[in-house]
Amino acid sequence: MFYREAGQFKTSYAADQQVFPILQDRIGVAVILGIAVFVVPFVANDFFLSAIAIPFLILALATIGLNVLTGYAGQLSLGTGGFMGVGAYACYKLTTIFPDVSIVVHILLSGFAAAAVGMVFGMPSLRIKGLYLAVTTLAAQFFLEWCFIRIPWLYNYNASGAIEVPGREVFGTMVTGASAGSVPRYFTVLAIVILLTVLVKNLLRGRIGRQWMMIRDMDIAAELMGVRPLYAKLSAFAVSSYLCGVAGAMFVFFYLGAAEPSAFSITLSFQVLFMAILGGLGSLVGCFFGAAFIWALPIILRAGPPMIGIPIAAETAFHVTSMIVGALIVTFLILEPHGLARLWQIGKEKLRVWPFPYA
Amino acid sequence: MLYQIFIDPFVQMVDMPDFLLQVIWEGFVAGVLYALIALGFVLIFKASGVFNFAQGIMVVFAGLTLVGLHEAGVPAYLALVLAIGVMAVLAIAVERFVMRPLVNQPDIILLMSTIGMTYFLIGLGEFVFGGEPKKMITQELGLPTGSTEIEIGERGLVILQHIDIAAAVIAIIMVSALALFFNKTRIGRALRAVADDHQAAQSVGISLNQIWAIVWFAAGIVALATGIMWGARSDVSFALEIVALKALPVLILGGFTSIPGAIVGGLIIGIGEKIGEIYWGPLVGGGIESWLAYMIALVFLLFRPQGLFGERIIERV
Repeated sequence: MFYREAGQFKTSYAADQQVFPILQDRIGVAVILGIAVFVVPFVANDFFLSAIAIPFLILALATIGLNVLTGYAGQLSLGTGGFMGVGAYACYKLTTIFPDVSIVVHILLSGFAAAAVGMVFGMPSLRIKGLYLAVTTLAAQFFLEWCFIRIPWLYNYNASGAIEVPGREVFGTMVTGASAGSVPRYFTVLAIVILLTVLVKNLLRGRIGRQWMMIRDMDIAAELMGVRPLYAKLSAFAVSSYLCGVAGAMFVFFYLGAAEPSAFSITLSFQVLFMAILGGLGSLVGCFFGAAFIWALPIILRAGPPMIGIPIAAETAFHVTSMIVGALIVTFLILEPHGLARLWQIGKEKLRVWPFPYA
Repeated sequence: MLYQIFIDPFVQMVDMPDFLLQVIWEGFVAGVLYALIALGFVLIFKASGVFNFAQGIMVVFAGLTLVGLHEAGVPAYLALVLAIGVMAVLAIAVERFVMRPLVNQPDIILLMSTIGMTYFLIGLGEFVFGGEPKKMITQELGLPTGSTEIEIGERGLVILQHIDIAAAVIAIIMVSALALFFNKTRIGRALRAVADDHQAAQSVGISLNQIWAIVWFAAGIVALATGIMWGARSDVSFALEIVALKALPVLILGGFTSIPGAIVGGLIIGIGEKIGEIYWGPLVGGGIESWLAYMIALVFLLFRPQGLFGERIIERV
């Protein structure tokens, strides 16, 4: 009833090509952003912000990174965890070498280190496709993990082999380190995620993004039509790794606080891949759905039964959670292989023609 | 530095041939186990085009079931039979609840569903049998445990664990049995027909559902054998799941659809990574075993994208 675009005429090309052409969508996005900025930090408690909201935003960014590569450019990658690790370690080294530069700058810069590494490991994609490529990205994953353990320079030669986040300020407020509150951390993460999401959205609408999609749909045909595969594939790897790197840096600096190499293991890669697939490949809004679903589900499953009075041992809950997540993933793939984004789209279509079943 | 990379390792090899033989033997045994895991992958990939990521966890799950049943007081051989039964139930369940509803979906969706199954089986395995590593019931199953020392030259000595020899023998028997099964039996021929062309196979009256259940069961038995062998060398634990990922470079070397390829690939990877780790590993701080296999596969792929025995990839617009 309220979700109709009838009567909204576009009178200029700019109006026709804007990101959200429908007024109701614009209002909806504004409301969601408003809630995220003005309501969540003041209503939510510390646990919600640090254990759910912050990692959700960070992982959503990592999922966007993977989605650029897998969903838009069609190159399957299992090395997300490794690339996130590169970002985290690069950021750590940057903060040690230039302690006076703002942490936000460091985080945005550290993505470039990940982008460089991503491009190197993206080279084989010019010759190798599909599942074969997935194995070469596994090479990246395990090689990078090994580097984090074996190159002491990366963690400043400290005895534990882990990286400890130093305390840093932005506008006079502590945002990283042990003494930082959850609200400043949340705002920093939110700002970076929104900034990068907007950038990526516009990248995807533009020339580069359309080239990626051509490569995904049929690389040979795209090449015949004048898309350079070298340029398109490597730029996809670079952008994807950049986003993953920034997400990795934020993961350590704003969420974990300290990280061992095992934080960036293959498990993380799979987790992000699940988020991308369940959310919907080739959809930005799907990344947020997928991240929310995969991240929140185990927490709810673990916290839910005790709340309604069913006592359950922590270990049992952990195992049952793993089973349920696995079963849900399979169920979801059967019911809707195109992910939550597709469900969202179907929902919007239904809403448009409501109360009639067909338009 | 150049000397250390290009000359020193070879000098060591020639200097101590018995040590080299030992290293090659260790690599060979590891390679046999990689090949067994890869075999499970190939079976399923050939028949259904599904890249079965869950093969690694199936190995762990099969081993855990066997040991868990024995711990619960079931005699060893009965436990073995029951474990085979569990794998059969698993195969039928996978076919009915995962493969059948997902037929005709893109590769990546099928791949994801097997990763989902991995999570499910990890949870189930830990829930039922607990998360701690378990000792494989080697002796109870009548597997040999001792070792033989073979003298080479004047002072050389190579130690062969009997369990490793048994693993190699069992692997050979299993591969021959599978080859016979594929070539000589009615079901085996049906399997190959399905692998060739799903629709054509269906049109001559082969039931896809039945074939898939059988193929998953065959992969389950291979997983059980792998679980026993691997468990006998170390422990049965969930760490094996990561090791099982090593089957991927093996597959790449061998090609996704070739059984001989899986075996040759497994041996190349197994021996290659052991030699690399022992002779070149110390130069960069050791532990290169974790990624060397993938790097070998990567370099190999750059020259031959379809693998050693894989069918040539022909692309058309």
